[in-house]
Amino acid sequence: MADPILVMQGISKAFAGVPALTDVGFDLQAGEVHALMGENGAGKYTLMKILTGIYTRDAGTILLNGKPVTFENPREAQEAGIVIVHQELNLMPHLTVAQNIFIGREPMRGRFIDDQQMIQDSRKLFDLLNIDINPADTMGNLTVGRQQMAEIAKAISTDARIIVFDEPTAALTEKETDELFKIIADLRSKGIGIIYISHRMDEIKRITDRVTVMRDGEYVGTLITTDSTKDDIIKMMVGRVVFETPKTHSTVPADAPVVLKVEGLKAGRMVKDVSFELRRGEILGVAGLMGAGRTEMARAIFGADRRDAGDIYVNGKKLRGTTPKDAVDAGISYLSEDRKRFGVMVEMDVTENTTLATLEDYVSGPFINNTKERHTVRTYISQLKIKTPSERQQVRKLSGGNQQKIVIAKWLVKNSQILIFDEPTRGIDVGAKAEIYELMNKLVHEGKSILMISSELTEILRMSDRVMVMCEGRKTAEFSIEEANQENIMHAATMRN
Amino acid sequence: MDTNPSLRPGQQSRLKRMLSNQRTVALLALIVLFLFFCLAGDNFASYTTFMSILDSSYYIGFLAMGVTFVIMTGGIDLSCGTVMVCCALISGQLIKNGFPVAPCLVLCIILGGLFGFLNGFMVSVMKLPAFIATLGTMMISRGLGSIITATASVTFPSRRSPDGAFRSIFKMISPDLPTGGLPTGLVLFLALAVIMGLVLGKTKPGRYITALGSNKEATRLSGINIVKWETLAYVLSGLFAGLAGISYAATYSTLLPGTGNGFELDAIAGTVIGGTSLSGGIGSISGTIIGVFIMSVLKTGLPFVGLQPHYQLLFTGIVLVIAVFVDVMNRQRQKT
Repeated sequence: MADPILVMQGISKAFAGVPALTDVGFDLQAGEVHALMGENGAGKYTLMKILTGIYTRDAGTILLNGKPVTFENPREAQEAGIVIVHQELNLMPHLTVAQNIFIGREPMRGRFIDDQQMIQDSRKLFDLLNIDINPADTMGNLTVGRQQMAEIAKAISTDARIIVFDEPTAALTEKETDELFKIIADLRSKGIGIIYISHRMDEIKRITDRVTVMRDGEYVGTLITTDSTKDDIIKMMVGRVVFETPKTHSTVPADAPVVLKVEGLKAGRMVKDVSFELRRGEILGVAGLMGAGRTEMARAIFGADRRDAGDIYVNGKKLRGTTPKDAVDAGISYLSEDRKRFGVMVEMDVTENTTLATLEDYVSGPFINNTKERHTVRTYISQLKIKTPSERQQVRKLSGGNQQKIVIAKWLVKNSQILIFDEPTRGIDVGAKAEIYELMNKLVHEGKSILMISSELTEILRMSDRVMVMCEGRKTAEFSIEEANQENIMHAATMRN
Repeated sequence: MDTNPSLRPGQQSRLKRMLSNQRTVALLALIVLFLFFCLAGDNFASYTTFMSILDSSYYIGFLAMGVTFVIMTGGIDLSCGTVMVCCALISGQLIKNGFPVAPCLVLCIILGGLFGFLNGFMVSVMKLPAFIATLGTMMISRGLGSIITATASVTFPSRRSPDGAFRSIFKMISPDLPTGGLPTGLVLFLALAVIMGLVLGKTKPGRYITALGSNKEATRLSGINIVKWETLAYVLSGLFAGLAGISYAATYSTLLPGTGNGFELDAIAGTVIGGTSLSGGIGSISGTIIGVFIMSVLKTGLPFVGLQPHYQLLFTGIVLVIAVFVDVMNRQRQKT
């Protein structure tokens, strides 16, 4: 094997005396895609922040092309050819694509910025990467996928030799993901080293050469991707085996009462015609590609967005109101795919988040009864295995999986009978994922019903009793779990009119 | 976030944790300032000085209590200062025209509430940015006050007249007492501060206002009527502006149309110095009260060390910037 372009050895870092990284090693070849995996809290981001100069290390060495380096800030790392493409893109949405790419190093003509030159240079860059974007377009008008490609182009234009991708496909459509992978393959063939952080096992198998796994701030091991199975990697990540076996048959009786019936739902441009029934004790999986209108459908049912047409029946009774409050009162709850924006109040504590939807029940006289509140919240903390030092912990400081459990707890306290779970395990590590699956099964066993939107086919096949597929705002197919498989779901998901 | 030092209790010293609370820092600053003026200023430590600190605290304090609720929602109320003057002008004008005092004072508070409702309606129903909506109300209330009084100043009944009895709510003056009077206003002020503190921290409206300041969409999707609670915050701010108008009239007697600009900024500054976050979701009434007292101690104390009162502005500005900087630093530290 050739000399690696990057070697990190014995990296340690502690925050206020608490070790975050202990003696971690990592190396990267030129022209290699190297996955960095681990549950949330494993130390991946801390390691990458040390590499890109955001944090300083307490111990260890970093060799770049064989020479020891230390970066005091992200700028120095960038000048040395190391850039990171963040999950949340750092863009100026009101500037053009070209202006974004050349921000801070604009080509000048005399005292004025040479916008024409900038556009030409961007175009050359895009041609090189086979990206089809007009550099004169306003950044904010591009899809997230395109924005990310512009960000990659920006990285390339700074002569990056090492690019770190942080969950790049989280917000991409299937097609955009394919395009991204093509670009990554192209960068790889140009000899650029790529560090790829993702939770998605399929992608890791598809595009990476090696996988390094971290756990609890320590290095666990490195595998050659082609020589290892998903289970090998997962086993290293969690220290135990988690099997992702599909459900073989539904346990919901055929005559179980319909608790939610949606007829001819239309909302905005994204939801054109959706009808379905959800039975008591059932998990109805909603599959489809990004942009199929699944989230929009859920939001319209819940009253988060306006409904243009269609009727909703809860336990046979027509839902009259149109606000989230009406839906909640009718026993519907909604777990959003975007937890930070629509789910939790990060500044507030676990208790305040958990009782938000049911605060009336905790009011005695003019005041909130904190003892009663604490009692309930403690029950749910132990029931859902929420890892928090206390019920007064600020939610910001908890991991994504625990935040998700808090939102679920909020709706369980409300005792909602119909739960809409939109991407319930997105951005959640493997261990917490298994716990959420277990919880969902328990809930339907207790007679609740779940409408589960998911972009992971394995998740759909593992959890659902029935699967409906959407494409371009319409329901294109419905399968019993016995009939459903990856092929027929994908077929229905691409059934465009 | 990969690492989380604060998840492990006990490893941060008590002192450090206290200093990371802006309210505690503000309280320490208030005590230090106060002691400084007591030691450095001649005759600062006297009953008269303390009275004048209180007098200049009431109206800004009332405004700030109300505006804290608005800022907690992530909004801003630029109109409270001019609304305060407008309400006082209207009720003063009515008293001058022979209407009985008590109902006019009640009207003053109700008018404030109506202005607050207007703000709340514009912000939460019409979805105008709070800055613009309340800027509009600021101009409207200022103009309205001038129109109704025909730009003439309004003087409230003096203490000697029977109609001036309401002034004793804020300060009782009596030659029988050794100090010549009693700061009755302090009782009202602190009582209201305690009540509003409880409302914000311990009741459903307070919790909802905090929640919607922290994350409005998530609050709405929890089935909470955010229009109602957001409007309530502005109404509270308006009601307190009306009350501030009465306390201002009781203390300073004469109101001029076209004034009131700037009071809202004092109120906002006090609120922010006390630790309320301008982006909403974090704050307390006790912090606000501390912030307000820091400003009035500065204002009253500076002349005692040979500086003119207008130096207050300069120093308040510096305190404000430092206070917010401390807050920003703390937050950045929390994030890493």
